[in-house]
Amino acid sequence: MPLFYFQHDLTWLTNTAVWLKGPIERGLNLVMDMFVANFSWAFGAISWLLSWPLTELQGMLQWLPWSVTLVAFTLVGFAAAGCRLAIFTAASLFYMVATGYWQESMNTLALVGVAAPLAAGVGFGMGVLGYRSGVARRVLIICLDLMQTVPAFSYLVPLLLLFGFGPVVGLIASAIYACPPMVRNVMHGLASVPSALVESGEMSGATRWQSFWWVRVPAALPQIMVGVNQTIMATLSMVIIASVIGGFNDIGWEVLSTMRKAQFGQSLMSGMVIALMAMILDRISAGFASHVRSTVNTPTVSRSNALAASALLLLALFAASMLFPAMRQWPSEWRVYPAAQINDFLSYTVSRYGWVFAEIKQIVNFCILLPLKIGWLRLFDATGYTISPVNQAAYWVAVLCAMLLASFAWKGRGAVLVALVAAACFFGLTNIPWPVLFMVVGVAAWQAGGVGTAGFSLAGMSFILMTGLWGPAMLSLYLCAAAVALSFVVGGALGALAASNDRFSAFIRPVNDTLQTIPQFVYLIPVIFLFQVGDFSALIAIVAFSIVPMIRYTEHGIRSIDHEISEAAIGMGCSTLQKRFQIDLPIASPAIMLGLNQTIMYALSMLVIAALVGTRDLGQSVYIALTNADTGAALTTGFSIAIIGMVADRIIQAWAKKRQRQLGLQEIRSA
Amino acid sequence: MTYFLDDQVGSAKDRKVKLSCRNIWKCYGPMDSGIYQMRDTPERASAVAALRSSGCVPAAIDVSFDVHAGEIFVIMGLSGSGKSTVIRCLSRLVEPSYGEILFDGEDLLEASPKRLIEIRRRRMGMVFQSFGLLPHLTVLENVAFPLRVQGVDRQRRESRASEMIELVGLKGRECAFPAQLSGGQQQRVGIARSLAVEPELWFLDEPFSALDPLIRRQMQNEFLRLQTLLKKTIVFITHDFLEAIRLADRIAIMKDGQIIQIGSAAEIVLKPANDYVREFTRDVPLAHVLTVADVIEPYRGHLQATQSCGADMSLLDAMPSFAGNPEGFAVTNSSGAIVGEITASKVLTIFAESQERTR
Ligand SMILES: Nc1ncnc2c1ncn2[C@@H]1O[C@H](COP(=O)(O)OP(=O)(O)OP(=O)(O)O)[C@@H](O)[C@H]1O
Ligand SMILES: [Mg+2]
Repeated sequence: MPLFYFQHDLTWLTNTAVWLKGPIERGLNLVMDMFVANFSWAFGAISWLLSWPLTELQGMLQWLPWSVTLVAFTLVGFAAAGCRLAIFTAASLFYMVATGYWQESMNTLALVGVAAPLAAGVGFGMGVLGYRSGVARRVLIICLDLMQTVPAFSYLVPLLLLFGFGPVVGLIASAIYACPPMVRNVMHGLASVPSALVESGEMSGATRWQSFWWVRVPAALPQIMVGVNQTIMATLSMVIIASVIGGFNDIGWEVLSTMRKAQFGQSLMSGMVIALMAMILDRISAGFASHVRSTVNTPTVSRSNALAASALLLLALFAASMLFPAMRQWPSEWRVYPAAQINDFLSYTVSRYGWVFAEIKQIVNFCILLPLKIGWLRLFDATGYTISPVNQAAYWVAVLCAMLLASFAWKGRGAVLVALVAAACFFGLTNIPWPVLFMVVGVAAWQAGGVGTAGFSLAGMSFILMTGLWGPAMLSLYLCAAAVALSFVVGGALGALAASNDRFSAFIRPVNDTLQTIPQFVYLIPVIFLFQVGDFSALIAIVAFSIVPMIRYTEHGIRSIDHEISEAAIGMGCSTLQKRFQIDLPIASPAIMLGLNQTIMYALSMLVIAALVGTRDLGQSVYIALTNADTGAALTTGFSIAIIGMVADRIIQAWAKKRQRQLGLQEIRSA
Repeated sequence: MTYFLDDQVGSAKDRKVKLSCRNIWKCYGPMDSGIYQMRDTPERASAVAALRSSGCVPAAIDVSFDVHAGEIFVIMGLSGSGKSTVIRCLSRLVEPSYGEILFDGEDLLEASPKRLIEIRRRRMGMVFQSFGLLPHLTVLENVAFPLRVQGVDRQRRESRASEMIELVGLKGRECAFPAQLSGGQQQRVGIARSLAVEPELWFLDEPFSALDPLIRRQMQNEFLRLQTLLKKTIVFITHDFLEAIRLADRIAIMKDGQIIQIGSAAEIVLKPANDYVREFTRDVPLAHVLTVADVIEPYRGHLQATQSCGADMSLLDAMPSFAGNPEGFAVTNSSGAIVGEITASKVLTIFAESQERTR
């Protein structure tokens, strides 16, 4: 602790060495320049190759009358999951037509239509490779971690330099981002085909080729389809984000540009299109995936009949739309566009009730965010008061008492935790000298996962330190920590509630599904309107996005506790609360920890998006690097974010595994 | 003790050896090969123990036996004793660490991958404990699968598959998916599939263990019926001694990777090789195990003839004949000639002796 008090003399502790900043960034830029200079023809060729199907698909979707496209999608929705999805699809597409966003929607769809198969195909290939060879698998897993944790903004820069300005960059970025779930699901699916199945194939005398394509792949198909679904969703999410590049007139660009002009009604209406599109794509692909799973096919005769009937219907529609232009192109005078009214209504509401939001923001800022960011000490300094030494002493005495209490309740570790939180709030996370953080993280990693994990963590943190990103990284850490803590508490409570209350569970499930399918970008729209730019808005957006896994895993963890254990607890006379805190939560803790892990990952990925609403952390640095087209800065910053994510991931995973082994539970797979 | 009646069922031992398994070892995990040459000695026992403690799993230790043409050879032992490992070595689903497997004189371990595929396609069939049915194929397609990998055209393979489905009594369910069938029905599909290529050698790894007792009994009868029809050479695995007794011509008992005793059911019960086997067979009702051949004596000329029975008929099934003849009865063969007699005192003596031993 004394370190904190001598900070002024030991400025090197907080103003860290940045020897590596220059060399690394310059080196990366140099490599990049060389690449561009020497291989631009190759990337040009790839770019041409990819833009060709894109323009074809875009052209076709634009050329088709909206009525035909709408009915076609409705039919697909019906085939995937029946009447309700068909109605939902039709209504959603009609919304896109009526609000005049048809063209933008179709452009986005074209991007997804090319990027998703690309990602799925490449992902399948890599998954097979990873399944086949152990070396490839180990390399792949590291790559996948990087692909999922390095924010897309940071590889947009090198992609832009390599492939030149245009939609192809968004396409490739989406494919990179959307590949990992496919790879993981393919690897997992192929590896977990029951050995009896494969052996029965072998005993039938199947060759390796036959046994792979006729036995293993079909048996893994349900899992592979889960991967396809996740890949499609990730593609859409990324296509929207990649629209910051601009130039394709897609729906993401529409949202972004209206948001920048503070046109709330417009951005809300276009954001709605994204949300609807996400839900349709999700339900349709999930519907087909579950068809595969149930393996009960409809008789082929009726299926081919249905196909023929659909084709006829579409042809008839096409003919009709040639006769009635309104069926081809929605007349602009019919456009339903209440953006102005929404704006009026909202500005009225805000002028009446804005103080409520302002109040909430104020309270959270002063009670949680600022203490965590700069600490009580500085917070009071800034407001003109100083905390007298007596008061400081009183604070530490109170902390000591809390530590004692904690050590009774949860042994020594609880006390350490309390001390850490108290210190963080007192001095502020961003003021922690790096040696202290190194020590804390190092010890935690060592405790959870041994020397390897600790070494990895320390090396990663050294990278951040030496590339001069320590300051923004601490800002990221603070924002993330606040969001994750909030998600942990609130999400955990909601999950526990959902586990014990079926009605609430049935209510929260579709909410979670929706929250998880909507691309991250859309979260910013209401947040920015209600709370303006700033840390608080970022916090809310991050929490809204990252709370979902916490709720899910908590509920799953508690619900999958062995019935006999619960009954034994009740039999021993536990009250409901006792049972919850002394039986359920400890046993479910590995699952809850994995939920926390996912929550951290989600929070980190949202951090970069949240930079658009004005934070000062790593996310913002990436964003700035993007606008400067500075490959070196973009990549080092991106890696820093990835490192934070991976360090947290390794520590928590290691801990959860250890705990699971102690509890003798089955391994829970993170979905 | 055993006499004759060979005119009805030729003793399996006299027939040609179909599959011969010599000194098979299988160790999971890394290990040195010096141990494989050792025969059953105390040194080897300590070497194996050292192996175990070093984290390597010796799942089959120096396993040798012969299976004769048309014989049902049952391997039995507790869970983890290495039964599946042995049968998988026989079909080379796992590669044995050491040993020799002769199938009609051909060493399977020397067979090239291509030759192995050939052998599996034409001459071997296997039934799995967990069925191993392909979930995405219908019953018909599942049964036709081995023919499909051979490249048999659709019509031929489907007609053959239909025959097999009819043979196992599943006619009418051809278009169902495995998930829509009960466990017993699924295993029938597994059996039909393994028979589709008319294999000479039939491996069954605990085929009925996942089924409930009633269905199991039914499937055993079905299995015996099929065997009288098809006369395959069979290696059958089970951990259920009663099942072994019902089905087996000969039984091999395994423990911790080693074969402890090989013999007919009666030999194993009446002359257990060691305490482990004795413990194992302790609760087995003797009347189930003993066959007529085990208690028959030369005919002395005064007992009444009652029924005709084969040498391998179980004593239990012969019991009703005591009803009117408390002293005993004469046994006749299928053509009515008297071949010997069974006396109550002989039966009692055997029962008493075996009870004495297990005490
Ligand atoms: N792939 C493997 N890797 C390592 N050890 C294995 C493997 N397969 C089996 N074993 C080990 O070999 C031993 C024998 O296993 P095996 O499956 O042959 O037993 P089993 O007699 O068939 O048992 P069960 O009745 O449960 O099927 C066991 O101790 C098992 O743990
Ligand atoms: Mg087994």
